[in-house]
Amino acid sequence: MAKTLTADKAGTGFSIRRETLVKWAPLLVLIVLCAFFAVMEPRFLSTRNFARILIAASPALMVAIGVTFVIIMGSIDLSMEGTVSVCAVAFAFCFLWLGGTLASWAWLALPFAMLVGAVLGFVNGLIHVKLRIPSFMASLAMGFVGTGLAMVMTGGDRIRIEDALFRSLLTERILGFPLMVYVAGVFLLVAWFIQTRTTLGRNFYAVGGGEDLAIASGLNVNRVRVLGFTVAGVFFAVGALLAVGRIGIAETATGNNFMFLSITAVVVGGTALWGGVGGVWNTLVGVLIVFVIGNGMVVIGLPGYVQDGVLGILVILAVILSTDRKSISFVK
Amino acid sequence: MYQLNKVDKKFPGVHALKAVDFKIGRGEIVGLIGENGAGKSTLMKVIYGAYQPDGGTVTVDGKTVRFQNPRQAMDHGIGMVFQEQSLITNLTVMENIFLGFERQFVRFGVINWTAMAEAARHQLRKVKLDIDPSTVTSKLSFAQRQLVELAKVLTLEERIDGDLVILLDEPTSVLAKEEVELLFSLVRELTSRASFIFVSHRMDEVMELSDRIYVMKDGEVVDVVAHDAANIDAIQHKMVGREVDKQYYREQKQRPYDGSKALVRFDRVGVAGKFNDISFDLHPGEVLCLVGTEGSGREAILRTIFGLEKPGTGTVEIKGRPFERTNAQEAVARGVGYVPRERKVEGIVNGMNVYENMTLSQMGNYASKGVLRIGEEKALAEEWIKRLSIKTPDVYKDCGGLSGGNQQKVVLAKWRSGGSDIFLLDHPTRGLDIGAKEDVYDMIREMCDDGAGIVLVADTLEEAIGLSHTILVLKDGKFQKRFAGPPGDKPSLYDLVHHMI
Repeated sequence: MAKTLTADKAGTGFSIRRETLVKWAPLLVLIVLCAFFAVMEPRFLSTRNFARILIAASPALMVAIGVTFVIIMGSIDLSMEGTVSVCAVAFAFCFLWLGGTLASWAWLALPFAMLVGAVLGFVNGLIHVKLRIPSFMASLAMGFVGTGLAMVMTGGDRIRIEDALFRSLLTERILGFPLMVYVAGVFLLVAWFIQTRTTLGRNFYAVGGGEDLAIASGLNVNRVRVLGFTVAGVFFAVGALLAVGRIGIAETATGNNFMFLSITAVVVGGTALWGGVGGVWNTLVGVLIVFVIGNGMVVIGLPGYVQDGVLGILVILAVILSTDRKSISFVK
Repeated sequence: MYQLNKVDKKFPGVHALKAVDFKIGRGEIVGLIGENGAGKSTLMKVIYGAYQPDGGTVTVDGKTVRFQNPRQAMDHGIGMVFQEQSLITNLTVMENIFLGFERQFVRFGVINWTAMAEAARHQLRKVKLDIDPSTVTSKLSFAQRQLVELAKVLTLEERIDGDLVILLDEPTSVLAKEEVELLFSLVRELTSRASFIFVSHRMDEVMELSDRIYVMKDGEVVDVVAHDAANIDAIQHKMVGREVDKQYYREQKQRPYDGSKALVRFDRVGVAGKFNDISFDLHPGEVLCLVGTEGSGREAILRTIFGLEKPGTGTVEIKGRPFERTNAQEAVARGVGYVPRERKVEGIVNGMNVYENMTLSQMGNYASKGVLRIGEEKALAEEWIKRLSIKTPDVYKDCGGLSGGNQQKVVLAKWRSGGSDIFLLDHPTRGLDIGAKEDVYDMIREMCDDGAGIVLVADTLEEAIGLSHTILVLKDGKFQKRFAGPPGDKPSLYDLVHHMI
């Protein structure tokens, strides 16, 4: 028995070091990146530049948080581009129809957009759970449906939202940062609350950490999954609102690029793709890494395609770091 | 010709093989029997090269060999027919037979299917199986698949010089009576081509087929008997032959149960392919132990009580009412707690801390409108950490980092704190050290004193006898015999084994 004990100790000793590394590596990368760009180009450190980074990152942060919950459950949601487009367009139509300014009843368009996101996520989850289709396929297909739907709704047109009150998301600044950054911050806290303080958040981790066990503990795993996709849909909708607020235009292309950005951010932030590990703070760090790289390269004058290459390498590094590959027998 | 000399194999905490001598001659059929955990499967793995022995030597025709992997063992003529079917079901029969050895049929990078089919037909003739080698394997019956596996192993005959040794691991477990006889006559005929090592739980089959029988217990070969001298009673005594320690299993704390009401009632319950016609009552304060070999239906009965399997026949009542929807949620709501065998997979969530694991099955009690009252959760965890003396630095410790015994305590605390009074314990002491085992035994007695009923699948027969009020012996999904085990008047190991095999 003595032998087993020492083996156990050696095992946990190593894994604690690993865990600490995995836990803090993303933040370390972020700090190193910032320091690097600051040395290359001192203007990188200015408030104006940080504001620029955060404005660009806010919509992506919301989308990435949504998909974080799904990934914690051990599933994946690739419907974000379609969902964001549909939510953005639905919001724009509803907003203009109700008067076109936040000062009127048109504010109802905000909760309406979130409801649309929730419904799309709910349907997505139902398809995955009830028809027993892998989440990656179900959500990818739903994403295409969403993109198509947005195209049908707009007929390919762009819809301008020119309400000054709504645009204050971008134009109104507090301490140098526009309102949308604070809105994103509030929703980040909401996500954190869901993650740590609600049964739903706990259930996400239980399902991702051990689905057999969750079933053996009497959890309704299917219900948790559907709710996970629904919550993700709501966060996609918030991302859509911020994206519209940022450029003042809703169109089919509003959702473009969110898939790669958000999945990259979640993975780089240290949330494990097989579920059970990670959380919204990881995602915040991941999103910041992605956008600091993008911004920093522009600031020091490197072309955009280098940026994509660097992000790709980062994703692979992040997965290598966060995966205990010995415990996985087959990789498909 | 094939021989093991004083072979030793140790795993952390277990001495799996203790100086085992084993030999098999040309054309011989050797039987291998023993209880679960006696070391049969370890011995087989050493023989076919999956494990390397820590001590002793392996010789083939007098030459010492050391196999690094099963492939090297195959090159010396040692093949294995696996218990679980090892054929890939979406490939054809001939592809399976020559899996990994297609080279011989390849010309200019392309497989010559006609040649492969002809070669496969030749192999199938050896086992007298008349099927088209291009049939997809999933279309075959289990008996046919078994023969294809045998044919696959017999390809060794053409591939190597020298003698063949073929291991048959529980080859009869999925076969019907007539199929078993067919297989046996085939094996007898094939002794002109190979020697066989035959492993089975079914004593009568081993007795019938084998020329010699090795009896194993606790990692040792306790006896080798020749076919003519074999006597079932004597062998069964050799397989067990230990005394049950009363103190160790807390027999003095065993109180009589309350027979007036039933927590769980099984009335002629059957689940297709798992077990049939099983009836019993579980009473408050009772430890009811299900005894049988692997595949006798023990686990399936536990899963049925927990709502994970739907009974095809008969009725299951939990506290006087049948299930309405038959799922685990309903079972948990009725007060059933399940402690599964694979603690790491189904017992605790790695990465979740102590209090999160404890309240996992009862989060509703610690949440208002979906928002958790974490303070109360922690208080609960602290109370149970003290009560069961769980060794953890604090409630924030990741359960994956606790020792096995402490993990098991967390699992038990989870169900007990949630008010469960029907416990299903599947190998609750597996992999625990002696101290932790004794803690679990104490807890079982405590839970009984609190009026809980326990259905136990024990790790060893001694444990089953020592702990239980009632023992049900099962074999192949059928009820064999019921034993009462009041303190001081327990059935003996021999009584049980007699009905198990």
